[in-house]
Amino acid sequence: MVSASSTTSSPLSATIVEPTIFDLSSRGRVGVRMPESDVPAAEPPPQHLLRPELPLPELAEVDVVRHYMRLSKFNYSVDGGFYPLGSCTMKYNPKINEDVCRLPGFLFTHPLQPIETVQGNLALMYQLQEWLKEIAGFAAVTLQPAAGAHGEFTGVLMMRAYHKSRGDDKRVKMLIPDAAHGTNPASVGMMGMTVVTIPSDERGNVDLKALEAACDDTVVGMMLTNPNTLGLFDENIEKVIALVHGCGGLMYGDGANLNALLGIVRPGDLGFDVMHFNLHKTFAVPHGGGGPGVGPVGVAARLADFLPEPLVGILEEGDEDKDMPPLYGYMKPAKSIGRMKAFHGHFGGGFVRSFTYIAMHGPDGLKDIAQYAVLNANYLQARLRDTYHIPFDRICMHEFVAEGQFEGSDVRALDISKRLMDYNFHPPTNYFPLIVHEALMIEPTETENKDTLDAFAETMIKIAEEAKTNSAIVKSAPNNTQFGRMDEVKAARELVLCCWLPENYDLSA
Amino acid sequence: MNTPSNLKYAKSDEWFDPATGKVGISDYAQNQLSDIVFIEIFVEEGETIEAGKAIASVESVKASSEIYSPASGKVAAVNKDLANKPETINTDPFGEAWMIQLEGASAGDVMDAAAYEKHCEERAH
Repeated sequence: MVSASSTTSSPLSATIVEPTIFDLSSRGRVGVRMPESDVPAAEPPPQHLLRPELPLPELAEVDVVRHYMRLSKFNYSVDGGFYPLGSCTMKYNPKINEDVCRLPGFLFTHPLQPIETVQGNLALMYQLQEWLKEIAGFAAVTLQPAAGAHGEFTGVLMMRAYHKSRGDDKRVKMLIPDAAHGTNPASVGMMGMTVVTIPSDERGNVDLKALEAACDDTVVGMMLTNPNTLGLFDENIEKVIALVHGCGGLMYGDGANLNALLGIVRPGDLGFDVMHFNLHKTFAVPHGGGGPGVGPVGVAARLADFLPEPLVGILEEGDEDKDMPPLYGYMKPAKSIGRMKAFHGHFGGGFVRSFTYIAMHGPDGLKDIAQYAVLNANYLQARLRDTYHIPFDRICMHEFVAEGQFEGSDVRALDISKRLMDYNFHPPTNYFPLIVHEALMIEPTETENKDTLDAFAETMIKIAEEAKTNSAIVKSAPNNTQFGRMDEVKAARELVLCCWLPENYDLSA
Repeated sequence: MNTPSNLKYAKSDEWFDPATGKVGISDYAQNQLSDIVFIEIFVEEGETIEAGKAIASVESVKASSEIYSPASGKVAAVNKDLANKPETINTDPFGEAWMIQLEGASAGDVMDAAAYEKHCEERAH
C-alpha cells in the first residue's frame, strides 16, 4: 500500500540545504598528496596560457564524497523507483552493462591508438553496426552521432546530400507532424530548411489529406516518429510513406520510440530511408538530466554512400580454419558528408553497454522487451481510463497520453505530477505532446512488474480523488520532498548557472 | 476568458485590431501557455509580412510556441519592451502586451469574437 508518509525524507531534512562545493572550500585543504616527480620536468606551456591561481574549491576526499552522496540522496533515480517519463524510455539499466564497460581493455584505450592495438573495440563497434542494421532493417549504420538530435541532424544532412547529388536542388521543405518531438523542427531549422507542420487526424494518425496537399517537388522528406508521441502506431504508415516517396521525398524515422517495435516491425522494411536510434533509451544506457546520449543512424541502400566517415569495416577477411579473426579498421563511404564528431562516438558509455544489452537478450529477448513494454502501457491505460480522460483512446504502444484535469477542479497536470512525488513516484512527462491539453505522457517500460504498475495506478486514482475533495494538498505538492514546489518562472528568468568561491575567499594566502 | 469584441482572431490564437493594426495573442492562449518567461520577436520595423508568417516565439514554463501574424501589412512598430517583461502577456494580453503594429494591414484568415469563443470551447475537450 502506498501512503504519503512512506517517502524517505525526515521532517528534519526539509530544513537542511546543501551548500555548493565552493561554499565548502577551505584554503589549503587537499584531497590527495602528490608524490615527488621522478621524471624530468617538461617544458612549461607559454606564460600567457598559465594562471597562477584558479578559483577551484579545496576539499578533502571525504568531504567531496559526502557532498555528492548527500546530493544523490535528494535525487530520484530509476534504481530507486518507478520512472514513467514518457518518450524517454527510462528502463532499468542492468548492472552487467556496468561491469562490461569497465573492463580494462575497453576502459584504457584511446581513440587515436593504432587499429592493430584496438581490434577488440573495433570488433565490438562492427558487430553493433551489424546488429542495429538487422534490428531496424537498414543497409548501413553509423555509430558516430552523440545523441538523438545529433543523429537527426546527421540524417537530414544525408537527405540533402542525396537530393543534391541527383541535381535536385529545389527541395527545401520538411514535413513534420504536429505530434513530433521538438528536436525534429529544430534540426531542420539548423539546416535552413522550411518546416511544414502536418496535423494529426482524430485517431492520432498523420492527416492523409493534409499530407497529400503538402507533397510536391520541393519536399526534402518527412520526419516521422512511429509509434508517435501519443504512443500510437500510425495505422496508415504505408500510405504515409508512399505519399512522401511519391513526390520524390525521403522518409526519416525518429527512433525515439523503437522500444515498442523491437523484433516485431523493422522501420527499414516499412520504407523508412533513414532513422536514428536512441541507444540510451532503447538499449539501456543510463540517461537523464540531459545525457549522455548515443544516436547512431541507419540508412537504406540509396543513402549508404553518404554516411559520415569513418565507419568501422573489415579491412582483411579472417580465416576460420586458421583461427584468424578479420582485421577491423576505418572506412570512408564514397560520398560521405564528413565527420560528425571528433572521434568515434560514445564508445564506453554507449556502445559497450548497448552491445552487452543486445547480447544478453538475443533476438527473442528483444522481442519480449517490445511486447512487455506495450503490455505494461496498455495495462496502465486500462486501469486509468475511467479516472483520466484519454483523448486518443485506442490500443496504445509503449506509452499513452492522459489529460491531467478534471471537471470542476482547478488541479492541472503539473499539480498531479508534483503530488506523485509525495508518493515517491517520478512524474510522467508533462505538457507534451502539445496537441493534448494538460498532457500526462506515461511510459512504464517493460522492466516494471504488475505490483509496481498497480501501485502507480492506485496512486493516480487517489490523486484524482484528492483533486476533487482536497485540491489544496495537490496544488501545494510536493509536501514530503527535500524541497517544495519550485518557482519555475524565477528559475527560467533569473539564471544562476555558475558557482564561485565565497566573496571573502583569499586565493593568494 | 476575455475576448474583446472589437478584435479579430486567428485559429492559432493571435488577435488583430483592425482599428490600430496591432497584433498579440489572446487571453485563451496566455492562459493555456501559463506563466510566460520569454519572448523573441523576429520581425523588424519596415518589413512587409504576409498573414501566417511566424513573427515571434513565446516560451512559458510549459511550452514554447510560435506566434503567426493574423494579418498582412508593413511592420510600423515592434513592442521591444515586451522582451524585458514577458509576464505582461499573462497580465494584459490585449493591452500592454501587443507584439507588433501593422500599417496598411489586411486581415488574413480571422474570425470575430463570438466565433473565436466557440472555437476555444470546442478545443477544451
